[in-house]
Amino acid sequence: MTADLSWLPPPPQDFAARLADAEALPEGQAWDALVALARTRLDPARTNRLDRALQRRFPEASPAGPAVRLALLGSSTLAHLAAGIRVGALRRDLRLTVWEGVHGQYRQEIDGAALRAVRPDIVLLALDPADLLGPGDPAAGPEAARLAEALGGLTSLWARARAAHGCTLIQQTLLPAALPLMGGNEHRMPGSLAARTLRLNAALRDAAEAEGVDLLALDDAVARHGLDAWHDPALWLRARQAVTPAAAPLYGDLVARIVGARLGRSAKALVLDLDDTLWGGTIGEDGLSGLVVGQGSALGESFLALQAYARDLVRRGIVLAVCSKNDPETARMPFREHPDMLLRLSDVAAFVANWDDKATNLRRIAADLRLGLDALVFVDDNPFERALVRDHLPMVAVPEVPEEPALVARCLADAGYFEAVTLTDEDRGRAGAYARDPVRREARDADLATTLAGLGMRLIGRPFDALGLARIVQLVNKTNQFNLTTRRLREAEAAALIDDPDAVTLQLRLVDRLGDNGVIAVVIARRARDDLVVETWLMSCRVIGRRVEEGILAVLAAEAARRGARRLVGLYRPSGRNGMVADLYPRLGFVADGEGRWVLDVAGYRPPPDLPMVVEPG
Amino acid sequence: MTDDSALAALAPLFEEVFGEPVPLTPALTAEDVEGWDSTRMIELIVAVEARFGIKLTTREVDGLSSVGDLAAIIARKAPR
Repeated sequence: MTADLSWLPPPPQDFAARLADAEALPEGQAWDALVALARTRLDPARTNRLDRALQRRFPEASPAGPAVRLALLGSSTLAHLAAGIRVGALRRDLRLTVWEGVHGQYRQEIDGAALRAVRPDIVLLALDPADLLGPGDPAAGPEAARLAEALGGLTSLWARARAAHGCTLIQQTLLPAALPLMGGNEHRMPGSLAARTLRLNAALRDAAEAEGVDLLALDDAVARHGLDAWHDPALWLRARQAVTPAAAPLYGDLVARIVGARLGRSAKALVLDLDDTLWGGTIGEDGLSGLVVGQGSALGESFLALQAYARDLVRRGIVLAVCSKNDPETARMPFREHPDMLLRLSDVAAFVANWDDKATNLRRIAADLRLGLDALVFVDDNPFERALVRDHLPMVAVPEVPEEPALVARCLADAGYFEAVTLTDEDRGRAGAYARDPVRREARDADLATTLAGLGMRLIGRPFDALGLARIVQLVNKTNQFNLTTRRLREAEAAALIDDPDAVTLQLRLVDRLGDNGVIAVVIARRARDDLVVETWLMSCRVIGRRVEEGILAVLAAEAARRGARRLVGLYRPSGRNGMVADLYPRLGFVADGEGRWVLDVAGYRPPPDLPMVVEPG
Repeated sequence: MTDDSALAALAPLFEEVFGEPVPLTPALTAEDVEGWDSTRMIELIVAVEARFGIKLTTREVDGLSSVGDLAAIIARKAPR
């Protein structure tokens, strides 16, 4: 088995010509063309080729925004992994630059002057077992394991990196390449390198959790693809490459998904076709009794396996949608009436069944869920439908799912679309929040104003505090659509704002009669003489359409008045993803100041009399 | 597979790895090609191994002095 990008469609036949064409295009189109090539099943050589074109055409920034800076530090040769990481980021519409350390120098480099000058956003630490664990004595007892020493060394490296750069950290777990000396009961020989590797990898989970470090789980990847796919002893001895270049494209993708997860690039919704994807057969032809789904046959259980995976994803915050060519009532029938179906209509946040083309329907689903199209993963057994969607909506992720239904869920897991680094209460409650979202259900027909008035909304604004930091940082870094300036925030920066006398910070919680929506918006503003300048304003898409932004302005204006500011000054910076708030400031009554900023006179501001919510300080 | 057909099959691999066509002859060596350093050499071997489904031993890699040597190993080891 090879460790490759198995879920992506093959690259175009004329890959080289397309690459050359892409480089010659104007900026925006060139970027899109390179992203499209990155979303194909590239081998190592083509990954490197695409990377060279990327670096020539976009040496630093790109139409996707400022580059994310990653420092790659470790004890072995890592240079051959940088291209895959950059291309993995490109696949997620991100420009990422890699600063490569000299191998073996990481202990000095991690907070050295050279790296400080780079100001990395992320430090990736890739160490090999012998280096981290030190020499061992296989014949010695448990005292020879020296795990605590190794872990202590790691945590102090993490602390130094954080202190120097305020960066996030990715720690690679140890590649379990050491040969066993006893066999299956190697753990009974605590001094052996194989046993120590296993035990350190286990201990790393707890240490990384305690320190808020993200893990690059290379040991899990080895369990998935086999050691041979990841490590070649001949290349280790020839070039000190712990990870074989053959696996470099996937290695880069694994890194990029963690980076992407921190920046809100992970997918948020799973959109499923029905016939021969979620069940065997065609409901419109075969009828309820003709469907193959459920216990009793291997095929029926294969479809159940995908349903179980989808249901579990819903429980951790992924939104589920259906996109099917069917009569709407026929398509719903199995969910209601088939006793073996695991998924129920209540699990599905958006259900679209009609005879329109799937690209059109995916647009509808994204609009209905208030998600970007790039937040959707679309699963369909039909290669024609997959090709059509890729063609019309290149931003939608469309995995090349295997024909064998038993392997579809694993293909989704391999693709890492839903990579997450934290799980918050907001995540766990998301599916329920979509299901009971009254605005979504009624916006289409009923009188929206009446609905909103009946919600009993309370908007509670509080300054940043230590307790809220994790959610604040998550929301700031993951929100792409309702985000006026798309400025990202490191946890250390957010913490520093708590005691900054010139900063006005707000974390806003929305509660209504259906429940607590949690913290759904963040504002950061700064005093500049008589002005209060809004540097960051973003809001979760879940509460769009409820006039919450008007409530936030009321909170903000009151705070500005309290601080003696005369004007509120707003900024809008287009990011390619935040078009929905391009006119937010004029809509809220701000006027252009002729210098690209929006201004509101604080003394003249009155909250709208019909604001359908109570606005409270925390 | 003959040495000649192995050489012909190597041409697209060289183009992928070097990013441009490399005119291949059996006598061509790493010194003749700009950018053919030890890193490129490994990329090339990895590409050859994936393309032909074979594995080159450390001895074989160390013994390579020309493209012709590489073609000969492929001709010998590749199935069919």
